[in-house]
Amino acid sequence: MRYLTDLASSFSNLIPPRDGFGEALVELGKINQNVVALTGDLLESTRVQAFAEKYPERFVEMGVAEQNMAGVAAGMSFAGKIPFITSYAVFSPGRNWDQVRVSICYSKANVKIVGAHAGISVGPDGATHQALEDVAITRVLPNLVVVVPTDSIEAKKATLAIAEHVGPCYIRFGREKNPVITTEKTPFILGKALPMISGDDVTVLANGQMVARAIEAAKRLSTRDISVGVVNVHTVKPLDQKTIINVAKDTGAIVTAEEHQKIGGLGSAVAEVLGEHFPVPMERVGINDTFGESGEPNTLMDHYGLAVDDIIKAVERVLERKHAR
Amino acid sequence: MTVKELQLKATEIRTSIIEMLLEAGSGHSAGPLGMADIFTALYFEVMNIDPNKPDWADRDRLVLSCGHICPVLYATLAYRGYFPRSELMTLRRYGTRLHGHPHNLALPGIETSSGPLAQGLSQAVGMALAAKMDDKKWRTYSVLSDGEHNEGQLWEAIMFAGKNKLNNLTAIVDRNNIQIDGFTEDVMPLEPLPDKYRSFGWYVLEIDGHNFNEIIAALRHARAVFEKPTVIIAHTVPGKGVDFMENDYRWHGKPPKADEAKIALRELRTLRGKIIGEHE
Repeated sequence: MRYLTDLASSFSNLIPPRDGFGEALVELGKINQNVVALTGDLLESTRVQAFAEKYPERFVEMGVAEQNMAGVAAGMSFAGKIPFITSYAVFSPGRNWDQVRVSICYSKANVKIVGAHAGISVGPDGATHQALEDVAITRVLPNLVVVVPTDSIEAKKATLAIAEHVGPCYIRFGREKNPVITTEKTPFILGKALPMISGDDVTVLANGQMVARAIEAAKRLSTRDISVGVVNVHTVKPLDQKTIINVAKDTGAIVTAEEHQKIGGLGSAVAEVLGEHFPVPMERVGINDTFGESGEPNTLMDHYGLAVDDIIKAVERVLERKHAR
Repeated sequence: MTVKELQLKATEIRTSIIEMLLEAGSGHSAGPLGMADIFTALYFEVMNIDPNKPDWADRDRLVLSCGHICPVLYATLAYRGYFPRSELMTLRRYGTRLHGHPHNLALPGIETSSGPLAQGLSQAVGMALAAKMDDKKWRTYSVLSDGEHNEGQLWEAIMFAGKNKLNNLTAIVDRNNIQIDGFTEDVMPLEPLPDKYRSFGWYVLEIDGHNFNEIIAALRHARAVFEKPTVIIAHTVPGKGVDFMENDYRWHGKPPKADEAKIALRELRTLRGKIIGEHE
């Protein structure tokens, strides 16, 4: 396998991506006086705590009121602040979607929406707390940037990047410890997909923790002489159409992998681009139009079709279709 | 301005509201007419603003939470010099800057986008909070409808403003007792509204929303309140100034037809004459 960027030598270091967000927020607090943080009664689990302790005068406890939080943040942004609003993704941008739509996106408020505990790997809390639709409901909103970082290091870079970007942004993280696959040297450019592994037969476009699983799938398939490329599509909107079309041209087969509903997420976004510009056989790995349930994170990842094996099977299916052409 | 001058200005604004709505062929009549006096007081007497510098950092802000009454905001801004009065006739038309519900990026003087009810107060609260953080002296005003209090978000914002003692925030409730489906106390009772605000940590004033002396006194009084946000519950007559529209909830969401507008404009001309006569 040929690596196209800096990757960790082993994927054994496990850290929750939200830790990277928390670190970045403290750094932002130091370099930009206008950065403020708001939370909906989820100080610790959204990793705002360190910022709140260091910059108490720039931290706002909103209570369990996500709709008001979105509006207050918009108002603060109109007065020059750069608010980060933090909650679980099911509540923000879930419960407060109308406020995100009108108070933030329509008005181009410079608000950063941080959705924690996204994905099925939230685990035991069950379906109500597993955000599997958040990318779909945010990516349809004009003016909104949507980012799904793969690990804690990328989450940190992404947080710094969205603070620089003037305009509304949504960033989502899972709850669990995930493999750290990037390094400090791995580039991160908002809106630019990052090719990680070079492949000739098929390309897997993934984000979040599914990138690590896609790389693992590529490794296993390489032993069978199947050459699988992997691209980290951390920014779902604006989508890097150019890179996606190029890899479709290069390999003639695409698999997408995301911890989100197949409907409306990364897979849909890629299908839209390829359908219009360069149709090739394509398979999607994601949640299959169903709600989750309680269980251990990895049990659920396996049960709902997000295991490494599911990516391998999708690659096999797409190659069959490619060769049948 | 003198009370007479303010009354005449409000009458001009009401006249423009009727003309705009007739031209647009859709939009809300009762709320805008009922709030003309309060908007006149805010923009011509109370708020620290400069129409030539709508983005001036130290301006007072007005956040219209109930976006559907925007004809009164548009007309007031035009009379105050934010944009040409001729533009009022483009309301709701293709290519206009005067959208059916206000958009902050479309027109100078519009602070937020509103339409979905209750979103405005939260944004006003955010502005007031930011001003406090930066030790700025400007004030935030937010105009709310009474029906809007059905929304849960409004109470989230009321609770938060009370907690944070935002005494640089003044909310003005257009207490006209009507909403789309009927009288507010039938659709979803709000009373005792003043007690509800008090119990959330607000300072409450109640006024006649058509008496300029009371309006201005209350808005100034609010500036002198420590440790609490102020709500001014303004008792208004929906459709004020046009007899057949007054207190009739059916005029909440529709514009006058040509013959109705003719009668309305005649009434407003008569009203103008009366105001001049009364002050002679």
